[in-house]
Amino acid sequence: MEFFLQLLIQGVSVGFIYAIAALGFVMIFKSSSVLNLAHGEIMGIGAFIFLVFSLRLQLPIPIAFLLTLLGSFALGFIIERLFLRPLIGEALIFVIMLTVGLAAIFKGLMLFIFGGNLFSYPDFLPEYLSIQWGAINISPVYTASLMIGLVFLAIFGLFFKYSSQGIYMRSVADNQPAALSLGVHVRRVFALSWAIAALVCAISGIILGIMNGINVHELSHMGLKVFPVVILGGLESIGGAIIGGLIIGLLETFTGGYISTALREVIPYIVLILILLVKPYGLFGLVEIERV
Amino acid sequence: MRFHPCGNYKEKYEEELTIFTTDFGRLWCWIGIFILFLVIPFISSNYLLYVINNIGIAAIAAIGLNLLIGYTGQISLGHGAFFGVGAYAAAILASDLGFPFWLSVICAGVITSLVGMVFGIPSARLKHLYLLIATLAGQFILQYLFVHWESLTRGANGIFLPRATLFGLDVKGDRSFYYVVFLCFVVMTWMAVNIVRTRYGRAFIAIRDNDRAAEGMGIPLFRYKLLSFAVSSFYAGFAGGLSAYYIGSITPEPFTLGLSIEFIAMIIIGGLGNIPGSVFGTVFIMVLNELLSHATEFFMNMSTLTGVALTIAPLREFVFGLAIVLFIIFEPRGLAEVWRIIKSSFKLWPFSY
Repeated sequence: MEFFLQLLIQGVSVGFIYAIAALGFVMIFKSSSVLNLAHGEIMGIGAFIFLVFSLRLQLPIPIAFLLTLLGSFALGFIIERLFLRPLIGEALIFVIMLTVGLAAIFKGLMLFIFGGNLFSYPDFLPEYLSIQWGAINISPVYTASLMIGLVFLAIFGLFFKYSSQGIYMRSVADNQPAALSLGVHVRRVFALSWAIAALVCAISGIILGIMNGINVHELSHMGLKVFPVVILGGLESIGGAIIGGLIIGLLETFTGGYISTALREVIPYIVLILILLVKPYGLFGLVEIERV
Repeated sequence: MRFHPCGNYKEKYEEELTIFTTDFGRLWCWIGIFILFLVIPFISSNYLLYVINNIGIAAIAAIGLNLLIGYTGQISLGHGAFFGVGAYAAAILASDLGFPFWLSVICAGVITSLVGMVFGIPSARLKHLYLLIATLAGQFILQYLFVHWESLTRGANGIFLPRATLFGLDVKGDRSFYYVVFLCFVVMTWMAVNIVRTRYGRAFIAIRDNDRAAEGMGIPLFRYKLLSFAVSSFYAGFAGGLSAYYIGSITPEPFTLGLSIEFIAMIIIGGLGNIPGSVFGTVFIMVLNELLSHATEFFMNMSTLTGVALTIAPLREFVFGLAIVLFIIFEPRGLAEVWRIIKSSFKLWPFSY
């Protein structure tokens, strides 16, 4: 029973990490329907920008955080402007391979500048955030990231639901020509949505960095782990991403605990194929209706 | 002798589908084969032959992938794993069951095409990016099996293959292997070019262009998609089997997602839906890889610059990514299109069109 509880807690925390990693991915997909295979690398860039500001330049944490958000906002803007704008209207494979190419470029750059070592942030989270509840001890990182996650979830939920920009984004993702003909400035929406998505990626990257340390390979691996999570939840659903993350996290740790540790790495993908066969649009995804 | 007419005077679909529109094309093709078999093996060094052999093997796999992605429009991220399945199948058949060289390579192709059909089953319900993710999952599952199904694949220890023999002759060394590889390459290319012209190939293209319309025209979608997966995996498995024999031993390391991505990069840089294009793209990527590793080695050997070499090693990945991105943005139809432009500007000179 104790083993079970231990696995449960571990699973929830791993799942939580996945959920956070998936947020930025879902943002990009929701607003520009681009399947971003460079997700892990964009998270990594955010995490490294924060590292430079907080550790190398010794800026105060809130300022460093804000500057990181600003920097990644600009990064998203530049990515869209330089690479994705020429591809508006191109076939899916080109867009996907472009993100693969971007992933290689970013990974190469990060390895070139920082190397493949593990970095960690200075310890800045206050101790009172840790929660002691019986035998369960939750470290401040998890509480803080839970709070950040909830805040951003609320902000983005409201943003997509009520703000005009959010509604534009959803309309563009849903049907580009229709949005264009209704007077939505599609190019501006794309630029903005990539900027915001890169910002969310940076936040995920920073949180992951606080939890596990920053390592280029680790983060780009995480970028691929996001796929089962978002497919489980449905590609457009932020809430689904969180539930999907938790399910995958629990699944991984329980498989690792009870069946075999080696199977742990692939079980998400096996589940992924099964889900795709049974419910092709995920548990909470929008069902695409095609009309001829 | 037939020459290019100064306009489109084709009256039948067969004329539209001919491979060589003029006799010069056929002539060039024979000259190319002559150079390939009688000139290149005698003028190139062993190292160069090694590189060219690897290009030939990869080109077979890339042609297979182009049949799937470029002609049928089903994106697969699992081609590297299929290549691995072929390599393992050949190795296991040869070392455990004592199959001869030719039979085990062909069986490797057949086994891989069965595996490819299994992983193509999701294409019944999935399209576009959902299918892509399903094949990504297939890649990881196969990778896991390579490492952990130890009773069959011997895990990380790998398998050593017996020396390849063909019709009683010992296929050893780069030069004799060159002939084997390129004989297979020519046959496989010829097959691919002709598959595309048959009713199956035209069904593939119809599915790529509009699957709903294709279904409406009476093409059974699922059957043809599976067929496309099977053919493409056959190519991958065949190439994998050849490469296993060529290297002489296999381990699970090379058959990662990176290899799949490299194959896709080859056909994108070469040109989607274009058989010669996949060969161009393979040459481009392999030569680029070779040059980059030479550059790293070059800096390594200069003692003052060893530090530089260590830092530029990651730039390999950077250059690889940059090549993909630049091609997608500036010439999405790839090297095949560049080649076509060069050819037509020669043909039309001194007029602009």
